[in-house]
Amino acid sequence: MMRTIRRDPDVAIRDILVVCLADALVGASLGAIAVASGLPWWLPVLLSVVVFAGASQFVFVGVLASGGTVLAAALGALLINGRLTPLSFSVAPLLGNRAATRLVGAHLVTDESVAFATAATTTAGRRRTYWFSSIVLFVLWNLGVLVGTAVGSVVADSDALGLDAAFPAVLLALVMPALRDRLTRRAALVGALVALAANTVVPAGVSVVIALAVVVPIVLRRERSVA
Amino acid sequence: MSTASATVLVLGVLGLAAGTYLLRLGGIVLRGRRTLTPAAERTLDVAVAVVFVALVATSAFPAGVTASGLALPAGVLVAAVLAWRRAPFVVVVVGAAAVTAVLRLLGAA
Repeated sequence: MMRTIRRDPDVAIRDILVVCLADALVGASLGAIAVASGLPWWLPVLLSVVVFAGASQFVFVGVLASGGTVLAAALGALLINGRLTPLSFSVAPLLGNRAATRLVGAHLVTDESVAFATAATTTAGRRRTYWFSSIVLFVLWNLGVLVGTAVGSVVADSDALGLDAAFPAVLLALVMPALRDRLTRRAALVGALVALAANTVVPAGVSVVIALAVVVPIVLRRERSVA
Repeated sequence: MSTASATVLVLGVLGLAAGTYLLRLGGIVLRGRRTLTPAAERTLDVAVAVVFVALVATSAFPAGVTASGLALPAGVLVAAVLAWRRAPFVVVVVGAAAVTAVLRLLGAA
C-alpha cells in the first residue's frame, strides 16, 4: 500500500492546470530561445513531441546554440533523463495491462505527472491523475513551444518571471506530505546533499541517479530489517 | 550556432527521443506485473521522494552552490517554508516565482 499523502482522492484539477500553464510558458521560452539562437523553428517543435522531457530539451538546444555538436547535444540531454527510469518504475502499475496504453503511457512519464500521481490517495485516483495531468501537460507543453517559435523574442524571458523557481516549488508542494514521514525526510535530505555534491562534477540528471544509488540501498536494508 | 545539416539535426533529435523512450520503457518493463514486498513498496515511495528533493536541490543551484546567485534559491526556500506550513498549492508555486522575480527585478542574480 502506498501511504496516504493527501486526503482527497484526486489532485485538484486547478492545481494541475496551474502547473501545465506555467510549463507552457517555459515551453514558449524554449521555442523562442531556439529560434533566437538560429536553429530552425521545427527543431524545438519536433523535440517536444518526440522527446517530451523539458530539462533535456533545454540542454539539447543549449549545446547546439553554443556551437556544440549534435552528438554532444543528444548525449548531454540523454544523461538528464536517467531519472525517468525509476519514475517510470513507480508509476508502471497505473498504466494498465494493455500493451498499447503501456507504450503510450511510457512516453508521457514526466516529473510533474509522477508527482501528481503520487499525491493522489486511491489507486483509481492515481490512475486518473496520472493520465489527466500527462495528457494536459503534453498538449500545453507542445502548444507552448510552438507558440514560442512563432513569436520568438517577443516572449518574455521566463527567468524574469521567476518560472525557474516554479518548477522546484511544484515538486516541493507535491512531495511535502511524504516528507512529514521522518525516514523519508532524512533520506531525501541526504539524497539532496549527495546530488548537490555530485552536481559539481556530473550533469544534474546524473547527480539525481547517484543520490538514488547512495540512499536507496540503505533505506531498503532498513525497511527489510523492520519488516 | 551549430552548422549541422537538417538531416543530422533530425537524426540527433530522433536518437535522443529513442534513448529517452527506452529509459522510460525500461522502468515499466522492469516493474512488469510483479507485486512488490511491503519493504520494497515503501522503499520505492522513499525513492520517488529522493528523486524529487534531489531535483529541487539541483534546480535551486543550477550553477553549483557558490555560483548560482541568490534569487532562485531564495524563491525555492520560500516554497519549502510555505509547503511545510501547508499553504495552498497555488500559493507555494506563485510565492516562489514571485520572490525570485522580485529579487531579480531588484538586481539580485
